[in-house]
Amino acid sequence: MAEIVLDKVTKRYPDGALAVQDVDVEIADGEFIILVGPSGCGKSTTLNMIAGLEDISSGELRIGGERVNERAPKDRDIAMVFQSYALYPHMTVKENMAFPLRLAKVDDATVEKKVAEAADILDLGQHLDRKPANLSGGQRQRVAMGRAIVRSPKAFLMDEPLSNLDAKLRVQMRTSVSRLQRQLGTTMVYVTHDQTEAMTLGDRVVVMRGGLVQQIGAPQFLYDHPTNLFVAGFIGSPSMNFVPATLENGSLRSGLGDVTLSDRIRNLLESADAPREVIAGIRPEHFEDARLIDDASRSRGATFTSSVEVLESMGSDKYAYFSISGEQATSAELAELAADVGTSDVPGDGISLVTRISATSTAKVGEPAEIWFDADKVQLFDPATGKNLTYSGD
Amino acid sequence: MAGVGGAETTARKVRWGVLNAVVVIYALFPVLWIASLSFKSAATLTDGNFVPREWTLDNYANIFATTEFVRALLNSIGIALIATTIAVVFGTMAAYAIARLDFPGKKLLVGVSLLIAMFPQVSLVSPLFEIERSLGLFDTWPGLILPYITFALPLAIYTLSAFFREIPWELEKAAKMDGATPGQAFRRVIAPLAAPGVFTTAILVFIFCWNDFLFAISLTSTERSRTVPVALSFFTGSSQFEDPTGSIAAAAVVITIPIILFVLFFQRRIVAGLTSGAVKG
Ligand SMILES: Nc1ncnc2c1ncn2[C@@H]1O[C@H](COP(=O)(O)OP(=O)(O)O)[C@@H](O)[C@H]1O
Ligand SMILES: [Mg+2]
Repeated sequence: MAEIVLDKVTKRYPDGALAVQDVDVEIADGEFIILVGPSGCGKSTTLNMIAGLEDISSGELRIGGERVNERAPKDRDIAMVFQSYALYPHMTVKENMAFPLRLAKVDDATVEKKVAEAADILDLGQHLDRKPANLSGGQRQRVAMGRAIVRSPKAFLMDEPLSNLDAKLRVQMRTSVSRLQRQLGTTMVYVTHDQTEAMTLGDRVVVMRGGLVQQIGAPQFLYDHPTNLFVAGFIGSPSMNFVPATLENGSLRSGLGDVTLSDRIRNLLESADAPREVIAGIRPEHFEDARLIDDASRSRGATFTSSVEVLESMGSDKYAYFSISGEQATSAELAELAADVGTSDVPGDGISLVTRISATSTAKVGEPAEIWFDADKVQLFDPATGKNLTYSGD
Repeated sequence: MAGVGGAETTARKVRWGVLNAVVVIYALFPVLWIASLSFKSAATLTDGNFVPREWTLDNYANIFATTEFVRALLNSIGIALIATTIAVVFGTMAAYAIARLDFPGKKLLVGVSLLIAMFPQVSLVSPLFEIERSLGLFDTWPGLILPYITFALPLAIYTLSAFFREIPWELEKAAKMDGATPGQAFRRVIAPLAAPGVFTTAILVFIFCWNDFLFAISLTSTERSRTVPVALSFFTGSSQFEDPTGSIAAAAVVITIPIILFVLFFQRRIVAGLTSGAVKG
């Protein structure tokens, strides 16, 4: 077990592509850290540099206090699980898991014992003599994990280990990965492009975009205090609603009506030197059916009335979808997020809103509903830089 | 609809069956004819019967009685095996490098080897004759092994690099992460997976060397290094009035046997889809 420190780590591929730029992360011993971001943002490259499969162009990588930039993967004592599992097809499950131990010249009795232990933890006991070709996707995934855990390495690296599983199995495996990591207490660096995995698994999450680290923090912290539009839009499902807005004498004018901003937000805006035109971000749960709001709360926010386009009842609460008139918020970061989700070319008039309202709401599809939102929970962003003008994290 | 479908498949099966039979007969007929000739006695050799009237093993006894044939058989086996081994070993290394690495001049290397493989061999015969004579390689084993390797190596590199490209890169990375040196990763992970490709290549290269007539007749002059295809053309029979056809037929049958054995032996090692299950589901 060991801490892993990335100090201004940069990767430039031989073809000139700058894949990762000045990444600074300190991963504590035993920590479960997630690298998350859209595809192509440099997650795998970062992981491969930690693994030693890619050279580090500049910067320093330290594992357990020692510089390891120049060390071969086998001398770093870390194990990796690949997205494709990369099982050796000519070996049985048992041989696959025993392979790292055999290379380390561990004696037969210990190999047997360790493989049996790992098989036990991963519930692979009855498959030990089968070849990978005869296993299901979930079983292959577990063999790949087994191969990583048998030799008790200093750290585990996982590159989208669950992305080839179907949705149900993925959720199941997610909890077992989490349990496994707590059980073993080994440092784990886990790469995913799925924000749900990032939110549910990690002690801390590193959000990356275009080779740059956007923000590092605990999942809840990132959710509550995103530093910029990108993190705000990436973290959370359904994602934050973005509405263009104008600041005028401490009040906010947008397609959702005019609201007077709280003193807290006004102070933050003042110190951030906010422009007049901003993007307002509101999480779905900060909306509510106005009829269910008491007067005290009502005065804290504003209401708008619009016709319900779609209503999804989740049992515990309801998702109501609206489309309000006005221009959609535009910024480079939002465009990139939309491209990653694949919605950039979905035509849409006006601004679509997702709201999460109480299950007791009587709103009906196709009928107008009065919706309230909490003005103190609104986050305001600079459209030019994407910076969160209301960031109050530190 | 099921009935129609069934009739259709039956008709299709018949069509394919007939077509296959035609191809097989077309390909095997000359072989069977040669085999038939080899079992005929000198008197019935030209009677035109497909099935010999008088079966005899005289032809076989005759060819094995002469050092001319036995020596040529040994030359053929030795030269083909050595050339195959060398071509496959170097071809494996080169193909691995081509499939895995990006190095300057890679395209050129592949291009040049393709050029060599396509080069008309006949135009090399006279220069090689002169060169080997002055180097003392004429009429020796190395004198044949070297040109065979020249032409077999590009073939080996081509076939093998196609196989190496099929092996997922990540297996090698996984081996490295599991603590393997590059050498160990190659020996314990890549080599076993490349085995079918290596055996396929070995078969192709062996057949190429075994069948060669052009180089063998131009670069040899005595029994010392003459291979079977050449020795066959020198068969005369025991007197100049005796027709050597029976002996030639027997020898032709004998030299197809090693090829058949070689293919059967390696074919069992060519397990299709050996890499399945390595990646994804
Ligand atoms: N071997 C390579 N050579 C050149 N560019 C590469 C190579 N591998 C990845 N890249 C580029 O580096 C960037 C980051 O890639 P990667 O780390 O694989 O992203 P992610 O894992 O986040 O999807 C991408 O723009 C990709 O095109
Ligand atoms: Mg990746």
